[in-house]
Amino acid sequence: INHIVQNGGLYKRPFNEAFEETPMLVAVLTYVGYGVLTLFGYLRDFMRQWKIEKCQNATEREEQKDFVPLYQDFENFYNRNLYMRIRDSWNRPICSVPGAKVDMMERVSHDYNWTFTYTGRVIKDIINMGSYNYLGFAQKAGPCQEAAAKVLSQYGAGVCSTRQEMGNLDKHEELEKLVARFLGVESAMAYGMGFATNSMNIPALVGKGCLILSDELNHASLVLGARLSGATIRIFKHNNMQSLEKLLKDAIVHGQPRTRRPWKKILILVEGIYSMEGSIVRLPEVIALKKKYKSYLYLDEAHSIGALGPTGRGVVEYFGLSPEDVDVMMGTFTKSFGAAGGYIGGKKELIDYLRTYSHSAVYATSMSPPVVEQIITSVKCIMGEDGTTVGEARVQQLAENTRYFRRRLKEMGFIIYGNEDSPVVPLMLYMPAKIGAFGREMLKRNIGVVVVGFPATPIIESRARFCLSAAHTKEMLDTALKEINEVGDLLQLKYSRRRLVPLLDRPFDETTYEETED
Amino acid sequence: MDVKSTPSYLYWLFCQFELITCSYLMEPWEKVLFYSFNLAMAGLLLYAAYACLAVQLSSSLQLLWHLLGHPQQNALSGVK
Repeated sequence: INHIVQNGGLYKRPFNEAFEETPMLVAVLTYVGYGVLTLFGYLRDFMRQWKIEKCQNATEREEQKDFVPLYQDFENFYNRNLYMRIRDSWNRPICSVPGAKVDMMERVSHDYNWTFTYTGRVIKDIINMGSYNYLGFAQKAGPCQEAAAKVLSQYGAGVCSTRQEMGNLDKHEELEKLVARFLGVESAMAYGMGFATNSMNIPALVGKGCLILSDELNHASLVLGARLSGATIRIFKHNNMQSLEKLLKDAIVHGQPRTRRPWKKILILVEGIYSMEGSIVRLPEVIALKKKYKSYLYLDEAHSIGALGPTGRGVVEYFGLSPEDVDVMMGTFTKSFGAAGGYIGGKKELIDYLRTYSHSAVYATSMSPPVVEQIITSVKCIMGEDGTTVGEARVQQLAENTRYFRRRLKEMGFIIYGNEDSPVVPLMLYMPAKIGAFGREMLKRNIGVVVVGFPATPIIESRARFCLSAAHTKEMLDTALKEINEVGDLLQLKYSRRRLVPLLDRPFDETTYEETED
Repeated sequence: MDVKSTPSYLYWLFCQFELITCSYLMEPWEKVLFYSFNLAMAGLLLYAAYACLAVQLSSSLQLLWHLLGHPQQNALSGVK
């Protein structure tokens, strides 16, 4: 169902996003399940306190029992009583490169997930539906690996300094010029860690007296950077442009909370693809709002760079917009480029300022040379400058895989969140026992998936998140789909009632949204 | 229907019950506790249904019989 846009043709292509509502029976049964587990959690805590059962989790020492309790909040209760029961689906050790297929070390637990022992067996060739390997550059052979090995023998692995002291290699300069050319911006700067790029650079850009408008479902790195900066933070509903416009209007009209002075800067923080929902930001509308209310836009393209757009240039190219409209384009090299690190791109004055004032540039070690070479080779491959059409083929293969996989899962009857074109596919599970059961059943069938539960998602909306890759062939996807179908029938996961609710552009209404707090 | 009462279908239903009430995740002694509690509650519910409804049902059937034109000469039938 095509989304009908009421704001005059900002979108050059249909924007199909759907978040099917939780069926009432499923929500009730999920609460029943959590209720039963909570009761048993209280029983176990009682037994641990009265020494009927051995206490295996962290507790305070005897001398500290009269102090303020450390482990009584809900997070710790959830951790000891619910997370521990299904803990074997996470932190699974892999022992090969995380490409389309991966090897995993088998482990068993004899005391219900409190400790694990390795059996010594390695489970080979598990289809990897969990790694952020969108373009398939996580390889141990090929041009990227050869170039990285050459640079490793030339420069070594460590840099032993920060960017500003002795750690600025010619490789870093080459990388930054290449990234700026790839994105279509004036200048770019690269950092060693994607999380640190967000959390250390937002404080350098905004401070006290500025306003940050951040999406409800932003990543922890953006939230941490916003909080560290000391600016006032206001949250708008996920991907909801009416909510954002209301906040902008209020900010311009009322100014700062007590003094009513105008805000020094208004910064809008959004992500290209939200990894837990699989939704794509409504960039044309955000840019139109930004221009109308004269604020700045910080776009975090961690998951969308390389994965969206006809030539892999990200969400800006996907919507056909100009990169000059986005003030700060941030992204990471971890996902589509098979390396590690992050970058920020924008105007030359901005990047020169960040080179001097960013915490990450001053204090953090610069990127390791083989990693830099991996990024350089993969970016050149995507752009086609290495003389082959491998990069273009990969981008198209990813788009085909995405459309095929999503269409087949929807036909089977699962509830899938997110946009039609996003390579992140969340499949709703809802009930806590099904989280553990899904992870274990898929591993039995040799498919590795990532299941997500409470702290990362709302408590009843737990899900399994598939990340598609250009390295997945159609046969691998067909095998995976067959197994998902089987497990879906076994665990009764096909909740969809096949009523695709079209996303409505609700007319702006004063009574629709709650008041924001100053 | 024969297919609905085959052992594998009943086992599958039991697995669904286990998944919904999260007894799939419990240790064996917790399962024993939970199932015995559930069976006790179910037994209590059945007994309450029998005790309350059976009496009402029998007295209402007697009234119906009386209304249909068969007056009772029984000493015990004076219940309205």
